[in-house]
Amino acid sequence: MTFALFAEQLLNGLQFGVTLFLMAAGLTLIFGVMGLINLAHGSLYMVGAFACAAVAAWTGSFWLGLVASLAAAAGAGALVELLVVRRLYDRDHLDQVLATFALILIFSEAMRWLFGPFPLYLDMPALLQGAVTLPGGIDYPLYRLAIIVVGIAVAVGLHLLIARTRIGMRIRAGSSDREMIAALGVDIGKLYTIVFALGAALAGFAGALVGVNQSVQVGMGEPVLILAFVVIVIGGIGSLRGALIGALLVGVIDTMGRFLLPQAFTLVMEPSAAATTGASLASMLIYIVMALILAFRPRGLFAPA
Amino acid sequence: MTREFWINGVLALLLLAAPFIALAFGESFYVTLATRVAILALAAVGLNLALGLGGLVSFGHAAFFGIGGYAAGLLAAEGFTSMPVIWLIGAVVAGLVALATGAVSLRTSGVYFIMITLAFAQMIYYFVISWPTLGGEDGLSLALRNEFPFVNTLKPLDFFLIAYGLLLLALFIFARLRAARFGAALEGARQNETRLASLGIEVFPVRLWAFVLSAMITSVAGALYADLNRFVSPSMLSWHMSGELIVIVLLGGVGRLFGPVAGAAVFVLLEFALGGLTEHWQFFLGLILLGTVLFARGGLLALFAGKAHHG
Amino acid sequence: MAEPVLALVRLAKSFGALKVTDGVSLDLRPGEVHALIGPNGAGKSTLIHQIAGSIRPDAGAIHFLGHDVGQLSVAKRARLGLARSFQVSSLLLDFSALRNVMLALQARQGSSFRFWRPVMRDKALTDRAMAMLERVGLAARADIAAGALSHGERRRLEIAVALGLEPKAFLLDEPMAGMGPEGSKELTRFLDGLRQEAPILLVEHDMDAVFALADRISVLFYGRIIASGSPAEIRADAEVRKAYLGEPQ
Repeated sequence: MTFALFAEQLLNGLQFGVTLFLMAAGLTLIFGVMGLINLAHGSLYMVGAFACAAVAAWTGSFWLGLVASLAAAAGAGALVELLVVRRLYDRDHLDQVLATFALILIFSEAMRWLFGPFPLYLDMPALLQGAVTLPGGIDYPLYRLAIIVVGIAVAVGLHLLIARTRIGMRIRAGSSDREMIAALGVDIGKLYTIVFALGAALAGFAGALVGVNQSVQVGMGEPVLILAFVVIVIGGIGSLRGALIGALLVGVIDTMGRFLLPQAFTLVMEPSAAATTGASLASMLIYIVMALILAFRPRGLFAPA
Repeated sequence: MTREFWINGVLALLLLAAPFIALAFGESFYVTLATRVAILALAAVGLNLALGLGGLVSFGHAAFFGIGGYAAGLLAAEGFTSMPVIWLIGAVVAGLVALATGAVSLRTSGVYFIMITLAFAQMIYYFVISWPTLGGEDGLSLALRNEFPFVNTLKPLDFFLIAYGLLLLALFIFARLRAARFGAALEGARQNETRLASLGIEVFPVRLWAFVLSAMITSVAGALYADLNRFVSPSMLSWHMSGELIVIVLLGGVGRLFGPVAGAAVFVLLEFALGGLTEHWQFFLGLILLGTVLFARGGLLALFAGKAHHG
Repeated sequence: MAEPVLALVRLAKSFGALKVTDGVSLDLRPGEVHALIGPNGAGKSTLIHQIAGSIRPDAGAIHFLGHDVGQLSVAKRARLGLARSFQVSSLLLDFSALRNVMLALQARQGSSFRFWRPVMRDKALTDRAMAMLERVGLAARADIAAGALSHGERRRLEIAVALGLEPKAFLLDEPMAGMGPEGSKELTRFLDGLRQEAPILLVEHDMDAVFALADRISVLFYGRIIASGSPAEIRADAEVRKAYLGEPQ
């Protein structure tokens, strides 16, 4: 194993982590502000990917596709919030789970209806093709590097939005004292719609970014959704900082586990058995990490009080 | 006798009569459909113990359903084809897994619990598809149905009766547990955890026991499901399966004895009827579910038998 | 003097910079009603939480029947015989009044890990629970769900549940809250008889009840006990008058 390979895997882990963050940030904001568990968040990721692939194929421009993914996911999010989700804020988690599970069925089948059963493919924009040579002589795909940079930029932007702006102040107040901000005359319904659409847009954005490296298909959001759950459980539900650290942790541990564990097992068993044992264990690794973290901190690393 | 008692009796008889009527009309396909109802109802009775009585929203019961299924598939491949032995082994394994995962997840509550049970089930799913002897994405096939003493399990009606018998047994166990001291503590913990602690009852072990028993019942249903299809697929472990089990419990009525039976019947019939109408039946299933949550709270039994009574 | 049943020794608890419990020592002796009073924000709730076990003190000790219970869980303290009633009724609302009391008896008499025998056929539970309901005058309402009882009835059911625990000490958190004057009087008479069974630590705002019942009164003010003594002594205490009325000394 060379240093270059190791560094490349580490960067892949980071890249995976920031895409998870884009998903987890929305989930954790929506839970923190509205107390809602949203299973359909993966569907918004899928909507973003489909919108990007369809618009990019139609116009020939990835960048227009990216804009479309944001618009489509935010629009779908706002619509869902207005029609369905706002009836669920006062319900228990069980009702929220069931209703948003139903939304997944609706979204998935609607996408299949609109786009047919076959996956769509999304071409990498010309601007981001190829590789760059990083310090240390590592060749790394430019596109993946761009995802890392964009993800970090979004994290910083979100932090500034929440910490510094008027709407951010309302979001913070909304999660700590709902009645107070309603009494101050803030339109809480509108605030919720905005937060939900913002979370949806982030998910759709993540879907579009990932759509380049994978095929765009129905059900693509579900594995990511479950990983995003693991992320926010580790980070502490409702905490944006927890979502970022949890996402990077999960991204890196998962990627490095898949890379290192099969090799580690070759020290104690023959190669083919080591490969399968290592791969099996690697697929379970982040869940084991989650269990360990929860055993010591049942409310995650950065749970808000 | 309450109205719910009579409705339950009618439900039990209807489910029993359905395959006989189907056979009288030469429609053996409907026997399979009725068996599917009985098996899914059995799985949901297990979930109802944790979810309905304990208020524990487990989004990971597919894991236990799948463990039962894989127990049937693996043991059959090794030459152990006795159903009762398979059920027992599957239930013990599921119980142990529930003990381990429950010990972690029950330290949390609310949304944490939902997400963690989901995550553990997903962990088992990934383990199974990555472990070579478990058949990967393709799953395992059973050459023949496993055996039950004095019964020809290959005859659809006989197999239905096994599933139906187990369902009744599980319902009986559920009713006894609910009425016993254990059930009182479990239902008490759902209503008010603080109150229970201040009475001197530790909530954690009560819930852990409920979770383990619930997993064991659901695993037996999984073994039957494998025998019904003569095939074990990783989809039995998928989170969609967990979601469907919750849907079944909610459709029928959370915490009600026959809720899972009513829920499973409606779910299977909906799936079948919508599937016959359009290939996009899941879209409409989603709409119906959404409508049920938003507008028909308390499930179907609440529509016919009124609000649940808790003695 | 008899050994105290419950003794708090220099208990302290802070939330951030705020000392909500500041070196509180008090005890509860057999057969007495010891009332804990103080204006809102004095730290009475936090103190109750620490005695019951739902909040851990930062320093100090809690002795109950000779045990150091400071590190025990809520459930363990309850099993030792500490019965708590809640300020806001905290009943099992889906269960009938009878089953609420039965669950207390079940907890008292032993294991909740009996999986098979229906509780309603357990005469040892049903008859005793019925007797408890009769004592608080709720026998006729035994089958009504707690959620459907009136406010006053719920308060009485709270007491019946506490009785069901057959405790060694009662910790009653504002049992009179929200009761009309008639209900308060009736409950006062009832609690007066109850002290024979186990001593009562009573947190209460209803001063008529406090002065009618208490053998001793302790006054909590900003986390400290500023006075402790007989009702007559408390009435005359200058510190107390100042704390409550802002009178100059």
